[in-house]
Amino acid sequence: MSPDDLVAAVIAIESGVAKKDLCDRLAVNVLPETLLKFMQRLHDDPQLAFDMLYTHTAVDYPVENRIELIYQLYSVKQRHYLMVATSVKRDKPEISSVSSIWRIAEWHEREVYDLFGVLYDGHPDLRRLFLDDDWKGFPLRKDYKDDFMLERPE
Amino acid sequence: MGVITEKLPIYIEPMPGGSMVLTSMDFMINWAHANSLWPLTFGTSCCAIEVMMAAGASNHDLARFGAEVARATPRQADLLVVAGTIVKRMAPILKTLYAQMGEPRYVIATGSCAISGGPFVFNSYTTIRGVDQLIPVDVYVPGCPPRPEAFFYGLLTLQRMIKEGETVRKPGIRRKPVMAALPEGITIADIQAELAGLLDRNATVNVPQQCKERDLDEP
Repeated sequence: MSPDDLVAAVIAIESGVAKKDLCDRLAVNVLPETLLKFMQRLHDDPQLAFDMLYTHTAVDYPVENRIELIYQLYSVKQRHYLMVATSVKRDKPEISSVSSIWRIAEWHEREVYDLFGVLYDGHPDLRRLFLDDDWKGFPLRKDYKDDFMLERPE
Repeated sequence: MGVITEKLPIYIEPMPGGSMVLTSMDFMINWAHANSLWPLTFGTSCCAIEVMMAAGASNHDLARFGAEVARATPRQADLLVVAGTIVKRMAPILKTLYAQMGEPRYVIATGSCAISGGPFVFNSYTTIRGVDQLIPVDVYVPGCPPRPEAFFYGLLTLQRMIKEGETVRKPGIRRKPVMAALPEGITIADIQAELAGLLDRNATVNVPQQCKERDLDEP
């Protein structure tokens, strides 16, 4: 499947899916409400067959009041990549978990919850992964501060 | 293979059937300590590649200084080489390892991260700003990461320190090497100002200007 065909096929799955520009690889933007259904189709469709989620990360945009969630997908069968991006509100960061589709997402989502505070609906065990259990706040958010941290002098 | 850096101060008296050696117990013990340092392998990031792997490999050969017997357990080691960033979660482990080492124990802090926190000193929620906040440090080896030669210099400094410093009567009290005196008329502020000037000058780049100079399309 050529890159153009792949984008066309992916966009046709769901309304609200748009090609994301300025990316190294093929990338699409998805609405957060339709994410789980969309991902299920990407996984199940024999032409697309994205059977591997190899990274899930997040980016914090405090000015635009959103956290962008990035899913990097690969198909071992069809040998193509796709980056799926979606955005959640910063003050209400809730999204449905994709761990029912790819089990590895349990770990990735725990990490993103640990550092950004995104809450995953349907995750079986959403605890902190790297930081201590009694840690306050989410340190990779841009406005994070604590007593230990040393501010950069101007 | 061995490099003799210092001679043992002894007096040899020839006697029938052999000879008699006169020396001090402190010199003897310190000489033995200094020339058989057994490092604990404790690499937490990139400094370990230079200090543990490159310094230990045949090109540089740590064995010349008698410090090649790297041990994976603190019970058999007496030199802790902190090679890398120490974060909050690693701090209790480092303290435990230090406590498990037998006396006398020595610590070398290699690289910017172990000395001060390095690139992570500001706005980091987890990096310890200098390993000397956790355990006493004998020698600091600056660099990011230091070359094996720099590490060897640190090791030789430690050996000199051991030979000069500790006595059996006062175990654990060592003399730290101090910075040589500054030349006359130059203060620390002058050096800091010059370094800051260098950083300012090299910290900006005019991309369109340089593209033009090199006949490139502007990005």
